Amino acid sequence: MRRLALGFLLIATLLLGACGNLEPWVKPYERDRLADPIMAADRNPVASSHLHHVFESREGARGAMGSAGGGCGCN
Amino acid sequence: MQLKRYLLLTALALAGSAAAGVLPEDRADLLYHRYDGGGVAIDGPSLLVRKSFLEKFSVSGNFYMDFVSSASIDVVTTASPYEEERTQWSLGADAIRGKTIYSLGFTNSEESDYQSDTAYFGLSQDLFGDLTTVSLGYSRSWDTVLRRAASGSGVDPNFEERTDRRQYRIGVSQILTKNLIIGATFEAITDQGFLNNPYRSVRYVDSGSGTGYSFEAEIYPRTRTSNAVALSSRYFLPYRAAVRGEYRFFTDTWGIDSHTAEIGYTHPWEPKWIFDVKYRFYTQTSADFYSDLFPRAQAQNFEARDKELATFTSNTIGFGASYEFPGGWPRFVQKGTLNMRFDYIIFDYKDFRDLRVTGLAPGTEPLYGFNAYVLQLFASIWF
Repeated sequence: MRRLALGFLLIATLLLGACGNLEPWVKPYERDRLADPIMAADRNPVASSHLHHVFESREGARGAMGSAGGGCGCN
Repeated sequence: MQLKRYLLLTALALAGSAAAGVLPEDRADLLYHRYDGGGVAIDGPSLLVRKSFLEKFSVSGNFYMDFVSSASIDVVTTASPYEEERTQWSLGADAIRGKTIYSLGFTNSEESDYQSDTAYFGLSQDLFGDLTTVSLGYSRSWDTVLRRAASGSGVDPNFEERTDRRQYRIGVSQILTKNLIIGATFEAITDQGFLNNPYRSVRYVDSGSGTGYSFEAEIYPRTRTSNAVALSSRYFLPYRAAVRGEYRFFTDTWGIDSHTAEIGYTHPWEPKWIFDVKYRFYTQTSADFYSDLFPRAQAQNFEARDKELATFTSNTIGFGASYEFPGGWPRFVQKGTLNMRFDYIIFDYKDFRDLRVTGLAPGTEPLYGFNAYVLQLFASIWF
């Protein structure tokens, strides 16, 4: 477990330390389509959180696909 | 009793929904949710409010309730139908500094036989001309497992167990072109403590029983570690519409491997409507210590007959519609939406048998399966 935590911190440090001045190939003024609400990662957090919770309550898998609330009523 | 309280954080949804570099929008959502399938009906409200201030901070609060009525196959075959109520609240806060957003959250969940507290910390950082966003999250949960008294009222004073959970999450999203965003997420979760359900039983061959089998309490390992990695993409089509795809691989120390794939299509109908359709496929292998029918009593150190640990697949189709209405009344409302989402799920179990069918030799009953729907009706306002 400690090894996992250390690895996690190492990756985090490397990624956050890589804040270079790379030239963006998609300019800010070219991102209007990406900013369209239909491209949002999670347009309705309250609804998607509930749906993830429904799936995590009834499946063995968990994590990495959005978030979930507690409880389930899965008996 | 409800099993598997993965209090993975409504706080994560609250705090982690921000794109890095920009605080989330001020909005309020009021949701009615209903799940119905396999003899279980769960419904209730959820209210989520988020507000920023001083242009640097954003706070959010969520109140959520489940009203559970359960006569599932487990309950019908080994226990008695029950009703339960769960209340959950979450508080979250975000702070922005430069291109970094720091997030904190706390969630509490309470029901008569289960209590859970979760604390969350996360941060997200824009890199490389804001084309890349890296997010990190860590959460810790402390659960208390209780058991209803055999008399049916109150909890058993002789039973109280604990579960601790830690989650580590790292995600990267990358703008590839003017129309395409891709992302990758890795999440590790470790559990320690009482991980099974104090009410659930396993089945074993018992020639002395009239049915040919009997039940005994399930026993799970007291630790579990899981790893999941997900890849996702969103693409803006040549006309104003979007497609998205996501794949996840999951594996854990209990022997469960699973694959999840989901595709979706979003189509606006100018100027007020947005429609969504989606399809989701899920499959998993069973846990190493799962069996529908053990050969004898106490056949193994660990035993489970929880259908969530069985081999199964599920298929989901979903549909959503959103209607936008103008703001202005009350004056602080900038705009609002009325929304409906409907998901239909088909579960097919490969090694979990339907014990409601009697008169057959143990282990030859038909395999179990059920269908369920999830309905969400909600209104959102931006202010």
